[in-house]
Amino acid sequence: MAEEPVAVVGIGQTRHRAARRDVSLAGLVREAALRALADAELTWADIDAVVIGKAPDFFEGVMMPELYLADALGAVGKPMLRVHTAGSVGGSTALVAADLIAARVHTTVLTLAFEKQSESNAMWGLSLPVPFQQPLLAGAGGFFAPHIRAYMRRTGAPDTIGALVAYKDRRNALRNPYAHLHEHGITLAKVQESPMLWDPIRYSETCPSSDGACAMILADRAGAARAPRPAAWVHGGAMRSEPTLFAGKDFVSPRAGKDCAAAVYRQARITDPRREIDVVEMYVPFSWYEPMWLENLGFAAEGEGWKLTESGVTELDGDLPVNPSGGVLSANPIGASGMIRFAEAALQVRGQAGEHQIDGARRALGHAYGGGSQFFAMWLVGSEPPTT
Amino acid sequence: MTRYARDVAIIAFAQTDHQRRSDELSEVEMVMPVLHQVLRRTGLRTGDIGFTCSGSSDYLAGRAFSFTMALDGVGAWPPISESHVEMDGAWALYEAWVKILTGAADTALVYAYGKSSPGEVRDVLSRQLDPYYTAPLWPDSVALAALQAQALIDAGHTDERELAAIGARSRADAAANPYAQLAGAVPRGDMVVGPLHRGDCPPIGDGAAAVLLAAGDRARELCERPAWIRGMDHRIEAHGLGVRDLTDSPSTRLAAERAGAFERPVDTAELHAPFTSQEVVLRRSLDLDSRVRVNPSGGALSANPVMAAGLIRLGEAAALIHRGESDRALAHATSGPCLQQNLVAVLEGDSHG
Repeated sequence: MAEEPVAVVGIGQTRHRAARRDVSLAGLVREAALRALADAELTWADIDAVVIGKAPDFFEGVMMPELYLADALGAVGKPMLRVHTAGSVGGSTALVAADLIAARVHTTVLTLAFEKQSESNAMWGLSLPVPFQQPLLAGAGGFFAPHIRAYMRRTGAPDTIGALVAYKDRRNALRNPYAHLHEHGITLAKVQESPMLWDPIRYSETCPSSDGACAMILADRAGAARAPRPAAWVHGGAMRSEPTLFAGKDFVSPRAGKDCAAAVYRQARITDPRREIDVVEMYVPFSWYEPMWLENLGFAAEGEGWKLTESGVTELDGDLPVNPSGGVLSANPIGASGMIRFAEAALQVRGQAGEHQIDGARRALGHAYGGGSQFFAMWLVGSEPPTT
Repeated sequence: MTRYARDVAIIAFAQTDHQRRSDELSEVEMVMPVLHQVLRRTGLRTGDIGFTCSGSSDYLAGRAFSFTMALDGVGAWPPISESHVEMDGAWALYEAWVKILTGAADTALVYAYGKSSPGEVRDVLSRQLDPYYTAPLWPDSVALAALQAQALIDAGHTDERELAAIGARSRADAAANPYAQLAGAVPRGDMVVGPLHRGDCPPIGDGAAAVLLAAGDRARELCERPAWIRGMDHRIEAHGLGVRDLTDSPSTRLAAERAGAFERPVDTAELHAPFTSQEVVLRRSLDLDSRVRVNPSGGALSANPVMAAGLIRLGEAAALIHRGESDRALAHATSGPCLQQNLVAVLEGDSHG
């Protein structure tokens, strides 16, 4: 028996901000969930199960917060699963929810991811001492900067590329009402002149720390037929993991990322991603990860990713727009960031992305990664149902 | 079976010798032996596994992303299809079972671990509570279980003598379980939080467990008598203790119904009841009569490695079927204060002609 096709029939996001002091944790997740239900024109009673994800519990200081959030998310009397796969968790959570429908265990599932980073300090939350290890790192930037330098050395990319990505994503965010950062006066010069944090990453090339949530309603074929608005169909989805550190690990282009993309393309019958995929929402927490992931995901040959960025291919009006929503560089509620990528990809193929809609987007890739470039989750969504 | 797309079975189970402290072992070192045991029992190698899923808690480990270290023990190279739940490993097994049902994998490795020894687990678990209204009061896990026990006694569903007998039976049964932390004649001990005595509470300890799942013919190839998952479901209840009837577990009953537990009687039940009083609640919700053998392993009253203890119930029930000591068993796992969230699985062995 073939898998049940999975459709995205409702999407909701919060207004992401540095601190959403106007809402509790429960209020934050409900804001996204209620918007997703409204989009699908469904009620809590229509939901069979809830799959929730977030990054480390230390960020809010609540252990396994889904227990406390069961009431707020209408989960009482229903199955509730909590996923945690580091920064990729938003994507993984959506994939776990999709599996429940693909396996025909449920027909309508609410999936949601959130982070309320204002409850703590995420940089130090990510810098806990590890027994028997040297305390070398302060935050994620300290971990990723050397890998960016390795990319620059390996490819000979000019050091101007990172600023181009940040300038593009911050301008794209001006078209996205949910984005955290709306920098109306942004110029390339301002990005280039911002303080250096972790060489070569400047302040304007890093993701913000945000409060936010993202929710999606996933349904089976019958649910999609009843949906009031066009559905996004899942054509492929995969997770891949590899160890944090080991001899021979390629931090610049991890094999787990390549394998994950290959699995998704195989399921979706994509043979030439550059030509067949119309828009990409990828997890770019530091500007340089756009060219790095373009190569890792097979959109450019090794060493060639930065050329796509430099020539404007990834701009909103380029032929492979990357992060029309403004991406992680414009809103980063960590646990939700992966799901926002997946949801934004779905919005594009539903034609519901508003001012950052890419005309005629039929196939979109949502991408998330986490840990030490070791956890990957991706899905490919299309405007038409899968053919098998 | 027509309930699900595929037949899936637990084909191997391993657990650590659960102990009060394991200062000399990291989580990875604790997990690795059980991973190797389940692989060795089936002759599989890491590269043969279709999907891997684990359950653990950063709050127990005391560091963010603690599961990333454990992944090193799996040997995730070349990269593997893998996921993690911040829940008891029983829910990791659930996620892996669903993955196999989709057809995307034929085998799955599930593991879970928890070290309670580095902190005060009673206090740590209080961090699960509503962060605005309840957690600031630091009500600890034993105090909350005591509220539930007192409600049961007040309602006339049990008394302290019956609770003591449950503790004594569990530790007596655990004498035959080489992995148990607390076994044999254990005194009832002092009152901890009334009406619960020391003997009504689980031992605090560290441990890990691993399970292998396989579908259809693959399961039959790898295991002489697979423990088929005939049904599995889980449900959550409201978080606020004040809005729940603590003497009942409607989520357990609903999960059992959905898992088909009431279609035919089971011969054995492995219940995840860390407190003696919780066994009373679960027996009532599951309509288990005296013909059903409950917790022959000694249950969580004999070893309660938090985050793994629920997965161990599934593993113990499966192991009985593997050994031909059960034909149809119910396995249960719980999470949250006073049995807030519950999972029920029904396992069966093929009948021998």
